[in-house]
Amino acid sequence: MALSIEDIKKIAHLARIEVSEGEAAATLTKLTGILGLIEQMQAVNTEGIVPMSHSQDVVQRLREDVVTKTNQREAFQKIAPALGNGSTERAVDCGLYLVPKVIE
Amino acid sequence: MEWEVVIGLETHAQLQTKTKIFSGASTAFGSEPNTQACEVSIALPGVLPVLNKEAVNCAIKFGLAVNAEITPRSVFARKNYFYPDLPKGYQISQYELPVVGKGAVTIQVPAVGKNAAYEKVVNITRAHLEEDAGKSVHGAVEGMSGIDLNRAGTPLLEIVTEPDMRSAAEAVAYAKKLHELVQWIGICDGNMQEGSFRCDVNVSVRPKGTEKLGTRREIKNLNSFKFMQQAIEFETRWQIETLEDGGKIQQATVLFNPDTGETRAMRSKEEANDYRYFPDPDLLPLEITEADKARVRALMPELPEAMKARFESEYGLTSYDAATLTASRDVANYFVDAVNAGADAKPAANWVMGAISAKLNVEEKSITESPLNAAQLASLLKRIADNTISNNAAKQVFEAMWAGEGEVDTIIEAKGLKQVSDTGAIEAIIDEVLAANAAMVEEFKAGKEKAFNALVGQAMKASKGKANPAQVNEMLKKKLGA
Repeated sequence: MALSIEDIKKIAHLARIEVSEGEAAATLTKLTGILGLIEQMQAVNTEGIVPMSHSQDVVQRLREDVVTKTNQREAFQKIAPALGNGSTERAVDCGLYLVPKVIE
Repeated sequence: MEWEVVIGLETHAQLQTKTKIFSGASTAFGSEPNTQACEVSIALPGVLPVLNKEAVNCAIKFGLAVNAEITPRSVFARKNYFYPDLPKGYQISQYELPVVGKGAVTIQVPAVGKNAAYEKVVNITRAHLEEDAGKSVHGAVEGMSGIDLNRAGTPLLEIVTEPDMRSAAEAVAYAKKLHELVQWIGICDGNMQEGSFRCDVNVSVRPKGTEKLGTRREIKNLNSFKFMQQAIEFETRWQIETLEDGGKIQQATVLFNPDTGETRAMRSKEEANDYRYFPDPDLLPLEITEADKARVRALMPELPEAMKARFESEYGLTSYDAATLTASRDVANYFVDAVNAGADAKPAANWVMGAISAKLNVEEKSITESPLNAAQLASLLKRIADNTISNNAAKQVFEAMWAGEGEVDTIIEAKGLKQVSDTGAIEAIIDEVLAANAAMVEEFKAGKEKAFNALVGQAMKASKGKANPAQVNEMLKKKLGA
């Protein structure tokens, strides 16, 4: 599968990563290499083999539905930066984590 | 050209567990922001998800309730997208191997105008377990968005249908049925205002008689059945008009605006539909054995379908009546309570589906809030059955009981509604009517059947509605030699 420079830019946009023209070209080479490896793997005959969803052949352990977590908001929010407007204000006052304004 | 609308639904039902799907944090609604957001909910590095047994039980219950295949080994996958209320950068969901496979629900589509009510089977494609995201709060802090992660990690069951529905009425009937079912089996509280039950509706149109599906648009987050109806009707019209004007439908996500009654494109799907799903290495496959299913089945209440069949065989109700009564567990319980309190099944069914349901609709009440309880309904029906009051008088008594004016016998007495079943009294009335309406009697004798009904009407009027209509009929026939 051949990738184009437009594909790289679209993927970068979806991942919210800023990529310059030069980086895009370099990334294109790298990703094309990875896809080449995948193409090589896809050439292997896997007829009749059940896809493996996990490397260990065990099943999920289940947890009882009992509240075990207590409120740690204060501790967690000590490490939460309130970005934007150059403010160093912590988010604790309103209890919310703050992020730059998102409007869809 | 005649068009056909094709509708499929995706419903998110919030599961009634005490804790989150992958951590022991509480799921209680309405707490202070982030007080129920543990290290797993806020996605601190190095934390690991551990699956909640009760969430799995809920999924099994749903699978059993819709006669679905339950996957012996289902797999959790990461759905990758970027949004601040999803701090991990991915939602843990299920993709290729969902916990619940193909199933079906039978819906009752109510009569609309000239179209009679009918039954329809809606096929369920799948249902899968996943976690909810957090909530973005705008306006709390100037220039910033606030993130509350209390809801992050709340267990959801996403239930997906085939594109089987062909009208807004069918889609709403399905959504109502599903809404009732998840509450019936106790896996979801069904609270639409709080977002415990939310529907996304996929709508497309195609020329009637063609097979190929049109391009669909997805109406997001409808939180009432009324809005769902309006949104689908608007969207359908919009798509048909666009196509008839030579336009094309672009696949898109749209939002419904309740104020204008319109749908509007939110984002074009092309941009964002690459979720890069892959199996989550932090979670092992979920195994569900026959023994697990049997254990869960034993905990489940009688299902609506089974209860419907029982109502038909035990009470002799029609399939339609039985289906209507079992559309809601509360309604079914009310009916059974009335019958157990001595009401005959058929009239009890008619009153519950008719007068009571109409009143509740007008007053926007549920049956559990009915001012007339099941025992009171039974007492009223007994007075009809023993001929104390006529059906017509019963309506007045019903209104009075509904308004809280007292118990049945007190009201009958106070309003003087007792039916006249005394043969002598009725005969006197009929003689009077016959004497006063000689013309009608002649008409009847000349073969005009309608005149008979007119005479019955006159007799009922003369008795101020209190005469027993069956007796009036019978005696009049005798007198006229009919």
